[in-house]
Amino acid sequence: SKLLKGIVKAKTRRSKRFLQSREPKLTEGQKSSMIIRGGNSSETVSQALKDVYALKKPNAVLYKRKNMVRPFDDSTALEFFSKKSDCSLFLFGSHNKKRPNNLIFGRMFDFHVLDMFELGIERFVSLRDVKTDTCPEGTKPLLVFAGELFETDREHQRLRNLLTDFFCGPRVSAVRLAGLEHVLHFTALEGKIYMRSYKVLLKKSGCRTPRIQLQDMGPSFDFVMRRNHMASDDLYKTAHRQPRGVKPKKKKNISHDAFGTRLGRLHMQKQDLDKLQTRKMKGLRKRRGEQTAETAAAAAKAPRTDE
Amino acid sequence: MASCSIEDVLAKAERDEAEKLKGITVNKELDLEFDPGNLLAFDKNRIDTREFKDNKREDFIRSLARDNTQLLINEMWKLPTERVEEIIVAKLPDPSTPLPREKPAPKPKPPTKWEQFAKLKGIQKKKKTNLVWDEVHKEWRRRWGYKRAKDDTKEWLIEVPENADPSEHQFAKRNKAKKERVAKNEYNRLKNIARAQKIKVPGMGLAPTPRQPKAELAQAVNVAKISTASVGKFQDNLPKEKTPKNTGKKRKFQPLIGDFSSEKQKQLDLLKVMDSKKPRLDITKAVNKQMREEDRESAQKSKKGFGKKGRRGNMSGKGKGKAGGKGKAPKGKGRKPHMKQGKR
Repeated sequence: SKLLKGIVKAKTRRSKRFLQSREPKLTEGQKSSMIIRGGNSSETVSQALKDVYALKKPNAVLYKRKNMVRPFDDSTALEFFSKKSDCSLFLFGSHNKKRPNNLIFGRMFDFHVLDMFELGIERFVSLRDVKTDTCPEGTKPLLVFAGELFETDREHQRLRNLLTDFFCGPRVSAVRLAGLEHVLHFTALEGKIYMRSYKVLLKKSGCRTPRIQLQDMGPSFDFVMRRNHMASDDLYKTAHRQPRGVKPKKKKNISHDAFGTRLGRLHMQKQDLDKLQTRKMKGLRKRRGEQTAETAAAAAKAPRTDE
Repeated sequence: MASCSIEDVLAKAERDEAEKLKGITVNKELDLEFDPGNLLAFDKNRIDTREFKDNKREDFIRSLARDNTQLLINEMWKLPTERVEEIIVAKLPDPSTPLPREKPAPKPKPPTKWEQFAKLKGIQKKKKTNLVWDEVHKEWRRRWGYKRAKDDTKEWLIEVPENADPSEHQFAKRNKAKKERVAKNEYNRLKNIARAQKIKVPGMGLAPTPRQPKAELAQAVNVAKISTASVGKFQDNLPKEKTPKNTGKKRKFQPLIGDFSSEKQKQLDLLKVMDSKKPRLDITKAVNKQMREEDRESAQKSKKGFGKKGRRGNMSGKGKGKAGGKGKAPKGKGRKPHMKQGKR
C-alpha cells in the first residue's frame, strides 16, 4: 500500500533496483503485456494466444493455466495480476457457447482497467500453418490501418488506438531501414476487423526507395467486434497527462531559414543615433580657429601616429 | 530547332523519371495519414465491398496491404539518415499518435528536512570516495556499512575515561549509543516520508494497516496498556487475558562479580544436572511447539494462496516435521491431513 512505500526498505541492491523499475517514471519505457487463458478455452484460442505471445516476446508473459475470470463482470482479478507482474496491456482468451473463440484486448492505467475490447475469432491461420521464415523476435512492426470506419466510428477509433498501443513495440529514436521487415495490416469493414501479418521484402527499384513485395506470414485473424468497455473521457484524459519535465522547452528567438542557417533575434531599446559613441578620435574633434583643410590633413596624420 | 530539341530532352527526362518511379508510385484517392514515429500509416479510403468476396478476399487484402506498405516505406525513406557503425539508420521523429501512459506521472518529492536546510544554507553535496584508508587495520575499507573503516563498536580495548563510573560497561555503552543513533535515523526517515505524504506518524504498532497480523495486534494492545501515567500498573486484565510474564527481555544476565555463594551454588547445580541420567528436554512440549509452528505457517500460506488464486497452485505443506529428540513417535495433538491441491 502507499503507506508501506518507503517504510519497508529494500534489503538488497537487487531488490532495490527491482522496485525502482516498477515505480512510475517521467518517460515510460515499453509496456509489458500479459496473455491470459480463461476458463475453458478452445484449441483455436490457445493457439491464438501462443501466436500473439510469440509476436510480443520478450515483453509479454503467458499464463497458460486456466483462470476462471470474467473481465467484463469483475476486473479485480485482472488488476491483481497486472499489479503482480507489472503489465499494463492484457489479452484474455476464452471460449463458451455464447461467445465462441473470444479474445479480449485491454489496457490498464494505474493498475485499473482503462479500455477493453472483446473480439471474436471467426477465422484464424496460425504461425505454424504458414510455412515461411519469420522475422527475428523483437522487430518493431510497421502498422497499417485501412478503412474509413477507423476514422468515423468512435469505437473503432479507440480500438485503433488500443491496437497501436498493443503492437507498436518499444519507442526508438532511430530505426535501421533494412530492418523494417514486419508489417501488421488491419482492415475494418462492416463491423469486422481483418488482421494480417506480412513479411516485407525490399526489392530493387529504379531509385533509392525500394519496391515492396509482401510475403504471407502468420498469424492472420478475422475478428468480429463484440462487447467493449471504453474509459470515460476524463479518465482517458488523465491517462494522457504528461509530466512537466517531458515537454521540450521551446527556445525562443531562434529560427532556421531555408538554407539551414541559424538565426537569432535580439531585442534592444530604442537608440538615439545622434548620441552614438563610436571610437574616440581626438583628431576628428573640431579645434577652434583652425582651417578645415589643415584639420583634415592633421586628422589624416593623427590616427596614424596614434596607432 | 534548338527549342524543339530542348523540349524533347526535357520530355525524355520526365519520362525517364516516371519510369524510375513507376515501381514505387501508388495511386490513391485520399492521401494516407502517416506517423513515422510509431511506424504507423492510416488509409482512409473506402474499401469496395464487391472486391471483398470470399474467394478473392486474401488477394485483395494483400494487394491493399502492399500498396499501403509501399506508401509507408516511401515516407520512411524520406526521413533524414545517418551512418551508425556502418549501418544506415533513419532518425525517427516523435510519435504523433497520443498513447496513454501506464502509470500516472510521478509527483516531485518534497525536500527532506536536511535538504531544506542545505538549500537554505547553500550547502552543496560533496562527492565522497568509496573506500577510506584504515590506519588500524592497514587496508582500504568502506566508508560505512559492513566492516567499515572506523567502527568504534568493534574495538577490543577501550580506555575508561577518568570521570566515568568504574563499573560502567564501556562496550555496552557504545553499542547502546549506536542503537540509539540507528533508531533516531529511522525515526527521522519515517517522519520525512510522513511529511511527504502528509500522514501523521503514530507510535509503534498503532498505524492502522488493512490486514494486521495477530502478533502486531497483540503488541499494539500491550503498548496501549502501559501507556498510562503509572505505566499500566492499575490496568485490569480482560476476562481471559494473561499478563505477559516477561516484558520483551529474552535473556537476563547476572552481574559479573556479585554474590559468590549463589554463584557457587549455581555452578554445583549445573554439574549435578550434567551428571544425572534424566533428560532435560521435555519431549512433548518440544513436539507440540514444533507442530504449532508448522500449523501457523501452513495457515499463513493458505491465506496468501487465496489471494493468489488462479496462479501457482502448489499448496502442499512442508515436509513432515522432525520427531522429538530421540526419534519417538509424536504424541499429543493429531496432525491435520495434508492440504489438498488448490486451484491452479
